[in-house]
Amino acid sequence: MTHLPAVPIIVPALAAALLLILHRAPIVMKRAIGMGATVIFAVAALAIFEETRSGAPLVYRLGDWPPPFGIVLVADHLSAFMLLLTASLALAVLLYAVQGWDARGKLFHPLFLFQVMGLNGAFLTGDLFNLFVFFEVLLIASYGLALEGLEVERLRAVLHYAVINIAASSVFLIAVSLLYGVTGTLNMAHLAERIAEVRAEDVGLVRAAGLLLLGVFAVKAAAFPLYFWLPAAYSHAPAPVAALFAIMTKVGIYAIIRVTTLIFPGGEGAGMELTSPWLMPVALITLALGTVGALGAQRLAGMTAYLTIASVGTILTGVANGGSKGLAAALYYLAHSTLVIAVLFLVSDLLGRSRGAAADQLHPGPPLRQAAPLGLAFLFAGATVAGIPPSSGFLGKLIILQSTMNGLSVVLIWTVILVTSALTLVTCSRAGSIVLWNYVEPDQPTRDRPPRAGEWTALAGLAGCSMLLVVFAAPVTRYTGEVGMQLTSRGNYIEAVLGSGHDDLVRPQAVGKAAP
Amino acid sequence: MEFIMAVGIGIVTACAVYLLLRGRTFSMVLGLSMLSTAGNLFIFSMGRLRPGASPIVAAGAESYADPVPQALVLTAIVIGFGMTGFIMALAIRMRHQTGSDHVDGLEPMPERRPEHGP
Repeated sequence: MTHLPAVPIIVPALAAALLLILHRAPIVMKRAIGMGATVIFAVAALAIFEETRSGAPLVYRLGDWPPPFGIVLVADHLSAFMLLLTASLALAVLLYAVQGWDARGKLFHPLFLFQVMGLNGAFLTGDLFNLFVFFEVLLIASYGLALEGLEVERLRAVLHYAVINIAASSVFLIAVSLLYGVTGTLNMAHLAERIAEVRAEDVGLVRAAGLLLLGVFAVKAAAFPLYFWLPAAYSHAPAPVAALFAIMTKVGIYAIIRVTTLIFPGGEGAGMELTSPWLMPVALITLALGTVGALGAQRLAGMTAYLTIASVGTILTGVANGGSKGLAAALYYLAHSTLVIAVLFLVSDLLGRSRGAAADQLHPGPPLRQAAPLGLAFLFAGATVAGIPPSSGFLGKLIILQSTMNGLSVVLIWTVILVTSALTLVTCSRAGSIVLWNYVEPDQPTRDRPPRAGEWTALAGLAGCSMLLVVFAAPVTRYTGEVGMQLTSRGNYIEAVLGSGHDDLVRPQAVGKAAP
Repeated sequence: MEFIMAVGIGIVTACAVYLLLRGRTFSMVLGLSMLSTAGNLFIFSMGRLRPGASPIVAAGAESYADPVPQALVLTAIVIGFGMTGFIMALAIRMRHQTGSDHVDGLEPMPERRPEHGP
């Protein structure tokens, strides 16, 4: 048994603990440890990606307990894809942060690594209760990261963000234990099997638990009507932290995809399709409201936060389309939107820092010193997020539109996606022209820190990844297609976790449980 | 016993939701801890309520309590405790910086009665 799937969790956890012990160490040492751990994780993510290319999921049994009894980590195509995305984002964000921003917060590096550990754990775990635990790890790290500096605005935003997430976690626990009460297992592969054996009178309970889970994941993903915590929390978070948060809403989407494809795949009985009447309207309303919010935002960071919500809506449209094609389209868009939202947060920070007191507010400020590179960076981010060809946003939206070729709702979906794209373009051009083209002579000279080479490198790295999604569109879409296929044919996952000869092991217990 | 347990969890949850919807941070913290208590009781009861059952292997025991919900409750208590501690620290900090215990920090504190004044 290879230990590879445990590396993305163990290494950041150990490094973060070490950083907590060494919290008085010089900043150079902290940077070295943080960077080293993130690089090791990135290499491990690449290795996991390569190992799972064949299609067989990697299964890691903690303590070598056989699966229905012990906890497993499972790296299938979807997990490997999400890990690789997390690794690219984390490397770029950390590179941006170590240019001087991280010196302000004593605990930035350990919290950053705990957040990465929570993200990786959520993507890798094959156990529903463990998913809850990793959600809590990444959330509590995110509270700490977003609080940096303890300004009143941040306190207020984090208080609201924390309260809704803690309440959602309680609901998560109730849903998980309800599933356990009916099926007698928490292992997701085992649940997927047991769900077919649920007695007719318990079907309602299982469906209720499933919908509660969906509600909780919608809070994490910031889907309508549960997104109100996001704009304040993201727009007041420090820029590198907000850029890392670009992947946090995607954890909610990941959980929705994982639970609906594995445990509620459709058919008869308790495993019946769960999302179909709900997810599509929710997705379209989220997309529309996110875009309108971005149009009305007063600050660049606020605009980006609302665009995050809009991107969640677009991804969920793909997920709601369902089938391997819909999921593949959603995953391509997920990768694109994570990268471009991070780019937008970082560009907003650079612009805000160059404008003195005007900061990133959408009114004219002092003239910019590095107007050309900043303007180009903003142009790239705006064009990509709005979906101008040949950007990854254009391809992503095109693939999502293509995956909705049947049914009566096509007109509605196409209209919403195309109109919101046009509105996003208006939003970005308005913001860009106000911030970059209009200026007022400042009363006093601004003394700000100009963008550094390392910050440009981080930005270029993220933008480069986004461009790679376009240049290598064929292999990437082929890969997301494989992910979609693997998700819809769940036998592969179940067999990898439980093994083909597991029936003898679990059947007696299942019979005992089912007897009244 | 199941009925009393179910009604009890329901009442605690209802109180928790009421407190959570209040605008003051203190009642909100109370609401959150009550909600997690209700959640923990619910997890516990999902292992079925078996009076007199042995918690661990014992000689001559005929029935055993389900150990998994107990382990889950233990984890949930630890996490809930940490989260409550964090949110209390956050609420106190808010109270100091805004001079108000309102969740938005906007409404002033209720006026102090003279005998408690400085």
